[in-house]
Amino acid sequence: MKGFKSRAWGDSVFRGATLAFAVAILVLFAAVIITLWLAAQPSIERFGFSFLISSVWNPVKDNFGALVPIGGTLISTLVAIIVAVPVSIGVALFLAELAPAWLRGPFGVAIELLAAIPSIVYGMWGLFVLAPLMADHVQPWLQHYLGFLPLFSGPGMGIGMLTAGLVLALMILPFIAAVTRDVFLMVPQNLKEAAYGLGCTTWEVVRDVMIPYGKKGIAGAVFLGLGRALGETMAITFVIGNAYHLSWSLFAPGTSIASTLANQFTEADSDVYLSSLIELGLVLFVLTFIILGLAQAWLRRSSPMGAQ
Amino acid sequence: MTRLQRRKLINHIILGVSGLAAIAGLLMLVWILSDVFIRGIGAINWSFFTELPAPPGMDEGGLANAIVGTFLITTVAALLAVPLGVMAGTWLSEFGRDSRLGSVVRYFSDILVSAPSIVIGVFVYLIIVKPLGHFSGWAGSVSLAIIMLPVVSRTSEEMLKLVPHELREASLALGSPYWRTMLQVIYRAAASGMITGIMLAIARVAGETAPLLFTALNSPYWLESMNEPVGNLTVTLFNYAMSPYDDWHTKAWGAALLITMAVLTVTLFTRLMLYQRSRH
Amino acid sequence: MTTVLQESSSVHEQPQQTQVRTDTGLVNKLSVRNLSFYYGDKQVLFANTLDIAANKVTAFIGPSGCGKSTHIRTYNRMFDLYKGHRAEGEILLNGTNLLDPQVPALELRHKVGMIFQKPTPFPMSIFDNIAYGLRLHGRLSRYEIDDAVEKALRDAALWEEVHDILGQPGNQLSGGQQQRLCIARALAVEPEIILMDEPCSALDPIATAKIEELIDGLKQKFTIVMVTHNMQQAARVSDFTAFFYLGKLIEFNKTNTMFTNPAKQQTEDYITGRFG
Repeated sequence: MKGFKSRAWGDSVFRGATLAFAVAILVLFAAVIITLWLAAQPSIERFGFSFLISSVWNPVKDNFGALVPIGGTLISTLVAIIVAVPVSIGVALFLAELAPAWLRGPFGVAIELLAAIPSIVYGMWGLFVLAPLMADHVQPWLQHYLGFLPLFSGPGMGIGMLTAGLVLALMILPFIAAVTRDVFLMVPQNLKEAAYGLGCTTWEVVRDVMIPYGKKGIAGAVFLGLGRALGETMAITFVIGNAYHLSWSLFAPGTSIASTLANQFTEADSDVYLSSLIELGLVLFVLTFIILGLAQAWLRRSSPMGAQ
Repeated sequence: MTRLQRRKLINHIILGVSGLAAIAGLLMLVWILSDVFIRGIGAINWSFFTELPAPPGMDEGGLANAIVGTFLITTVAALLAVPLGVMAGTWLSEFGRDSRLGSVVRYFSDILVSAPSIVIGVFVYLIIVKPLGHFSGWAGSVSLAIIMLPVVSRTSEEMLKLVPHELREASLALGSPYWRTMLQVIYRAAASGMITGIMLAIARVAGETAPLLFTALNSPYWLESMNEPVGNLTVTLFNYAMSPYDDWHTKAWGAALLITMAVLTVTLFTRLMLYQRSRH
Repeated sequence: MTTVLQESSSVHEQPQQTQVRTDTGLVNKLSVRNLSFYYGDKQVLFANTLDIAANKVTAFIGPSGCGKSTHIRTYNRMFDLYKGHRAEGEILLNGTNLLDPQVPALELRHKVGMIFQKPTPFPMSIFDNIAYGLRLHGRLSRYEIDDAVEKALRDAALWEEVHDILGQPGNQLSGGQQQRLCIARALAVEPEIILMDEPCSALDPIATAKIEELIDGLKQKFTIVMVTHNMQQAARVSDFTAFFYLGKLIEFNKTNTMFTNPAKQQTEDYITGRFG
């Protein structure tokens, strides 16, 4: 047809440019891992695999092992998950199914606000408000009744693993609750109505329809919270105590990977010291990558939309 | 007790526990916010916003430089991350919707959204601070931008997907090229949602501390250049709160109040906007 | 005017031969020859052949999923947007095959306007909705654009209702007004053919009546092809009607003839409501 001339190059440029930035996200991801890997070489060469299982952390003698921070990270995260998961599933149920309609909006916003408070504020609050409370009331009580367990032995000073875990729990609770609520909301209405139609109580509908229907999604939500807890820095650094030893007691101070980085990174004065810290960072990144990768895979399978 | 009565009783107990959990969550919010408010409000006065930090023990001084610094670092981060994130989100929504590469990018973005921010700080230290030999505000902005990027791209993608497909076809049916359709019609249609998402992302990084620790560092002086350590609220808060001085603690609570209020105001405002839109 | 129907001697005979309206005295705007269409491996149109007469309204009817929308969307190559969508055959406009990849889609769409099921006002003012298309296709002065916008709105019978609110957002108009705005937007760029894909399906009866009245006036200047699921509408507004079933063009004839004396049993069954 006469008068037709092609102007398609504009679209090719547009498509190419947007593609470049989408791919840039993947490149960024790879760059983080590669950069950390390269920068961690001095430590990897010197300590090898024993880095992961050694509990020595001696900047004076340039001898480093990651066991204490890794252990601390896992313990504080475990405490957080044990406390946060049941509560957040309760909150999610309330928001998705039980609360009267007029309450759901405001309550949902409140939970999202809780999730939006910067983590450093949680940490500071933990240090100045929660820690004294723990030392004066909670820990003596726990010790009095459960002190025979090694978990609750020793003096309670407020700061330590238990308090760190609780602050973490408080932080991830709104995340898990919000995602779980969305999973519950995705249960098809007619499925629920069918169960109610059989004469089920609300709890029975939840137990027999909603939870089985959304179990992958709930697992995803929990792992999402787990991933966040593992990498959380500021909420923990204030209250964990920054001590380099592992203890059976949750009252004892400890350290986590993130808080070790926060406290020591700018002080590292030798190459091996710095690269040991970087290797810690690499361990943390890979650990969260695995956990979050699982979380996303489960959330994706539970909903056609994917997870936020 | 009959079977029916027992079922009803269990039902009520569980519902009650769940309601209590929700109320406990709400109480925590009130508790934390009221603590931040009560302890922080004492530090908020005119000099808090206008003066430089004072040494411990002196009752005056403020965090003016840190307020300016946080504002600048966050703004530069947004200027970096928003255009890139919107472009990436555009590809995901418009061209990569059903492609394999699209789902890979989506998957890694979602992981990056929750990746430990302190590791991003280490990464930026290695690629910017160490080669240049000094800490800088720019490096701080880059690390915040990296944290924002996947959030912005996923939100833009979701918002663009909400624009009805007919609108694209209607513009293309007029003979409009795709890029023009996006620029003049589709971004406009998605604008309010995208702005909301971007505001939430900015609010989130404005409260970040960990990625600034080894990049922007901190400084008690007025900002002269983004090419040197830049004082900022969150790292100042960290340093002050960990210090042994009571008057610095008060200032730290003041900083916490300021950050929390700013972040929560933006969050509340944008959530309400989303809430209203979803009711239409 | 006579219509020659090429009857297939047997339903098993391949390829399914469809009908060509061969009356003289009418100018053909589009000539469709053996148009087949595929979504990936799935064939959804089977060798459709028909002619679209200039300055007439041609209606496509048939049960949902029969391919009528797919067919109309080949005329402006809307399927280019989607991976795996593929057309075979020829669609001749002024002697050029539109399906030829050498023909650029953007310019083609300039000549073949389209109206969609749901009104699609752009998120901008009433004025800019119409000016958008004009600005795409050439540098016009401010005055030329003003004039063209007014003319398009008058042609779409919307001017009286909106001339003093041109700065307001297009999506604040009523559904029927929005659809007329979209028609005005399509008219403004002066296409040769206007495709309408169930343009009234989202509208109430009064708004529908207005659009139908408008379509009747528009055929003075434009060639109109519309898809409709509403047979009364096809009977009211169209000059020619094509009946599609399962991707095949079953019957194509003058609307009067088709509705009073259909040649095929399937057509009669459909228009008398026995299936669909």
